[in-house]
Amino acid sequence: MKHLKILTANVHHDDQIELDAYERRGGYQAIRKVLKMDPAEVTAEVKASGLRGRGGAGFPTGVKWGFVPKNTGKPIYLLNNADESEPGTFKDRLLMERDPHLVIEGMMIAAWALGANWCCAYIRGEYSFPALMQQRAVDQAYEKGYLGKNIFGSGFDLDIVVHRGAGAYICGEETGLIESLEGNKGQPRIKPPFPAVVGLYGCPTVVNNTETLAALPWIMLNGASSYNSIGTEKSTGTKLFSASGHIKKPGVYEVNMGYPILDFINNECGGMRGDKALKAVITGGSSVPVLRADELEGVTLDYESCMEAGTFVGSGGFIVMDETTDMVEACLNLQHFYSHESCGQCTPCREGAHWVEKIVGRIYHGGGSSSDLSLIGDVTKQIAGHTICPFGDALVVPVQSFYKKFPEEFNERIDSALVSQIGNTHV
Amino acid sequence: MTEHKSSNGTVPTLSAAAEDRLKQLVSRYPRSKSAIMPALYIAQEELGWINDAAVHWVADRLSLPLAHVIQVATFYTMYYKQPVGKYHIQVCRTLSCMICGAKDLTAHIKQRLKIGAHEVTNDGVWSFEEVECLGSCGTAPMVQINDVFFENLTPESLDALMDRIEKEQPDLRYSTVRQDLGAGLSGEPKSRLYTAPVES
Repeated sequence: MKHLKILTANVHHDDQIELDAYERRGGYQAIRKVLKMDPAEVTAEVKASGLRGRGGAGFPTGVKWGFVPKNTGKPIYLLNNADESEPGTFKDRLLMERDPHLVIEGMMIAAWALGANWCCAYIRGEYSFPALMQQRAVDQAYEKGYLGKNIFGSGFDLDIVVHRGAGAYICGEETGLIESLEGNKGQPRIKPPFPAVVGLYGCPTVVNNTETLAALPWIMLNGASSYNSIGTEKSTGTKLFSASGHIKKPGVYEVNMGYPILDFINNECGGMRGDKALKAVITGGSSVPVLRADELEGVTLDYESCMEAGTFVGSGGFIVMDETTDMVEACLNLQHFYSHESCGQCTPCREGAHWVEKIVGRIYHGGGSSSDLSLIGDVTKQIAGHTICPFGDALVVPVQSFYKKFPEEFNERIDSALVSQIGNTHV
Repeated sequence: MTEHKSSNGTVPTLSAAAEDRLKQLVSRYPRSKSAIMPALYIAQEELGWINDAAVHWVADRLSLPLAHVIQVATFYTMYYKQPVGKYHIQVCRTLSCMICGAKDLTAHIKQRLKIGAHEVTNDGVWSFEEVECLGSCGTAPMVQINDVFFENLTPESLDALMDRIEKEQPDLRYSTVRQDLGAGLSGEPKSRLYTAPVES
């Protein structure tokens, strides 16, 4: 299958990080075109393209923009969510490191459509190098007069600030990001009001993922109909998948939506490392349910098919596990992650994440009992749906899906623990 | 403006360069409070960790309550609340790295340095901790030392890397090692930066 290269057409050119090279390859043409259009037309075009948020939620981008109220007298802000922290995800990093001007041009287009004069790229703190490359590109754009006052002679002013996070997963949640950017702990806000209405400093704010923004120049140059002719009806265009784990060729791949998952593993990923058997796949970062190898036949990489299979496209953090993987250990690893990253605001999440990790931990370490399984059920039931942000829903996903898909591994641990306890005279 | 004093009674000052950087940063944001995170980074870079002087400096320069600065500094893991070694190793421990051998890296570091997580070697050169997903899953297992990612490691290659760092004592901030990419300690830039194969 031939995949269209919308986001990664030029990432293999070493000089693509330079403004001149970016422009020589057709860069900054889309924004010139867009600045001659009515902002509402731009939003309509993005709506028609079917582009959906690539950070994980998959919300239609144009629709999100449409929620921003006009003429409130307040400034409107655009925030580029580059807080890429979902385990298994490293796609936005590629864009920032290898084609940072594409990200800038995407921000320019969105800013024009929204009427935002101040944008911020919120980049996760650990991404020192991507942040450096993004800042360097922003500096070049200012130097050339492409950012600042009256960009491209349009009368439109635009400032972009590159801001680094400092190691908090929760800042990838859009209201957590806003809180963090305001100078606070990154603890999410209750919605509604949604950021489109009450966001940064109480002003209308749109938060878009880096990959989402980077798709805009192509869409605006080639038209919505070219974009939505690729992929499936509800999953248009291409998506970046960052593949990792027990595969021969880990890396970031841009594929047309609707691409068969097994083809992706066998072709792009190069098949299984050491030719071991495939055991399980996480398609979209650790917050989406794991799939067993026998569930993959017929599943395609798009929102509809993944959902039908009981999982999600998510962020595109594609983690492949082979037959040697201990699923109880893998589950514990992720529960530790969620326990560590809970922001501590809501009791069900703060306490629950800790307890889930503890229970899975004792099962893994041979101290579990069969009542622990129902205890996990009780605890997770009290977390999901009972927190301010979706972190609570996400943190129960590994334990629920790993146990559902691989019950024998959990039961085996519990049974062997029981045997050793019976053999122990203290019991 | 409230005067913030550190425990020895003086308003802390940092270098002129740090003060200038902060001023320039503050002007970029619609509200100065938004500069708290970069301000903490500036203080940390200069002082080595977020100590008493660091939080007082940020509170003073941004006119923020000290309690607020402490609250922010302690929420985010990348602000060190205790001294770290000249080279601080962060081993990614999350799933993709774990299934590709991260535990072997951690075990090797412990064995070589004979310290636990968040401890500093007696000579002040090394400290380490295990951290959550660093976004380098395609090049697992990996570590971050100061600002720089070192990827596709084995205990042996990590050992060689640590030998080299001890010998050469490089400055591992990206802003300083950039020109060194390709030949320097940051490894093979092409494979590191772009892991997807180039298709025509």
